[in-house]
Amino acid sequence: MAAAPIPGSGPRVARTMLGQVVLPGEELLLPESAGPGAEGSAEQTLRLGSVVRPRARVVCGPGLRRCGDRLLVTKCGRLRHKEPGGGGGGGGGVYWVDSQQKRYVPVKGDHVIGIVTAKSGDLFKVDVGGSEPASLSYLAFEGATKRNRPNVQVGDLIYGQFVVANKDMEPEMVCIDSNGRANGMGVIGQDGLLFKVTLGLIRKLLAPECEIIQEIGKLYPLEIVFGMNGRIWVKARTIQQTLILANVLEACEHMTTEQRKQIFSRLSES
Amino acid sequence: MASEESEACDCSALPPLSPIHLQRLDGRQTYDYRNIKISFGTDYGCCIVELGKTRVLGQVSCELVSPKLNRATEGILFFNLELSQMAAPGFEPGRQSDLLVKLNRLLERCLRNSKCIDTESLCVVAGEKVWQIRVDLHLLNHDGNIVDAASIAAIVALCHFRRPDVSVQGDEITLYALEERDPVPLSIHHMPICVSFAFFQQGTYLLVDPNEREERVMDGLLVIAMNKHREICTVQSSGGIMLLQDQVLRCSKIAGVKVAEITELIQKALENDRRVRKEGGKFGFAESIANQRITAFKMEKAPVDTSDVEEKAEEIIAEADPPSEAVSKPVLWTPGTAQIGEGIESSWGDLEEEDEEDEGGSDEVTILDSVKMETEDQNVGNHIGDDTPIVLSDSEEDEIIILEPGENPKKTRTQANCQQGKVPSKKAIRKKKQQPAD
Repeated sequence: MAAAPIPGSGPRVARTMLGQVVLPGEELLLPESAGPGAEGSAEQTLRLGSVVRPRARVVCGPGLRRCGDRLLVTKCGRLRHKEPGGGGGGGGGVYWVDSQQKRYVPVKGDHVIGIVTAKSGDLFKVDVGGSEPASLSYLAFEGATKRNRPNVQVGDLIYGQFVVANKDMEPEMVCIDSNGRANGMGVIGQDGLLFKVTLGLIRKLLAPECEIIQEIGKLYPLEIVFGMNGRIWVKARTIQQTLILANVLEACEHMTTEQRKQIFSRLSES
Repeated sequence: MASEESEACDCSALPPLSPIHLQRLDGRQTYDYRNIKISFGTDYGCCIVELGKTRVLGQVSCELVSPKLNRATEGILFFNLELSQMAAPGFEPGRQSDLLVKLNRLLERCLRNSKCIDTESLCVVAGEKVWQIRVDLHLLNHDGNIVDAASIAAIVALCHFRRPDVSVQGDEITLYALEERDPVPLSIHHMPICVSFAFFQQGTYLLVDPNEREERVMDGLLVIAMNKHREICTVQSSGGIMLLQDQVLRCSKIAGVKVAEITELIQKALENDRRVRKEGGKFGFAESIANQRITAFKMEKAPVDTSDVEEKAEEIIAEADPPSEAVSKPVLWTPGTAQIGEGIESSWGDLEEEDEEDEGGSDEVTILDSVKMETEDQNVGNHIGDDTPIVLSDSEEDEIIILEPGENPKKTRTQANCQQGKVPSKKAIRKKKQQPAD
């Protein structure tokens, strides 16, 4: 790399970009936060595998990719950062890009809602909104044995968890946890309404102590399932209430807290 | 595909247990359209139409081509709708799906065959050159009823479009750039707009503007293209349902009302855009592009070390050869007209350049230039003292001619002055050295 850097195209320091919009292809620099003596205090590109610095453990979340010894942005969105739990800062922590997208990419451990599209032998094919359908073994249900098959039909909704989700491989779902318990997973009941929202909204709703969920719970008695793949299943007493809930949840994405409060108070009056 | 979807639409399609359950998924009434939003881009002929969550981008472009053989005096209209995977993951890239072919055909019938654009006016030279107008429509997001959104986007983009002006003089065709002559709008006779009706249960239930979920479970679709004069441009029924005469009549009545509303909206949007454009403000979805930064355009500051520039400059000046003193004597032809040499560089051009640099910030003067400039500078300085507007002297010592006395006042800068104060002595020495050589 003998060429002089073109102005404007050089990598930028991740810490100064927090909360700002980054674009795919941009290169970021992480603060080299080792103690004194480590090549001064200059910002350095993240070197992989060179020197292990235990104090600055940086995790690159969604939207960031390590490419050689460089850190590249792969999604368009805002750059976020979370300090490591141990406190002390020092440059470690998690970096990720908060992006607005609708397409789901399976991730191991995610809980998703899928639609059974085919039964083939001892496998179900489940559409989860990814690039290809996931497979689900009929033995991966609570209490299922070779003789005692679960009652799953094509068209049913499945709430399950990914155990295998690799790039270029068929993802695999199960409906049991590591103890063999259903733990809420399995076939979702007959009625109700399934609708799709953006992945960002799902993350927002699933955040701990999400206000929207608490407020919605006060509105009507309801059953609700969130899939990380952007699907929400909701069921209330009547179809009307179900529809209201679905539309409110969908609208929540672009509302401020005040607007939301107004709508909720209006709904609870009527 | 999925049971829950048919279940969800049951509320609108199936005979309900109680009338309260007759509900559309998004809370609309039977004949309600979703919200329509029309926004324009910075260029002419570029628009985005949003119909609820369905978004279509329309872009019109034009080209001079030779006409079709059997229609020598008519311009060519070309429509192209594209369904990319961006809109919905189900669309396959690069393949013409049945839906795409159907939609393209319908759009062509709606817009070209209804003769809403005056193709004769697109003729430049009969049989030789005509305008080809190309309408590209891209579906950005799919939430049902692509036809209506696409037809609105197409007609809005066409109405918004301006083609470059052309003049024909004899055999010569002149094409004027947008800056030379105002571009001309297309002549549009009327605005056909498609209105879709979804039928459920063999026509028992009817919905206007079906969204994606309703489209999935509908039994049949009726598309009526109509203009605001209630002239039907196209009717297409698909899905193989048998419609009764009064059903079609009722649909055409509803279409008339909807088309009138949409046409009004389009005209308001176009008028709005025209007004904002005239005022020179930001318009269309250009507004949403923030001024702050697009990372690619950011220029980084390149710090220049200017601490020892002056000394360096002095050094270089001391070492450098004096500027060419080959300026010939001016030849006085008649009073008021003089000739200075023949093709030899004149130094008063550099004077201006020097001025600009001085104003920009004399700290960042590049070193190479400074040699020339500073020597120039002190020459100027010499003349400021004289305060003579034009010097045309024959003397050997004063060989630099200054023709722009108006620039002089600007030179009264402290830095320029201090340089003038320092340097002349050197220069004087050098000049004296040079004298014998001459």
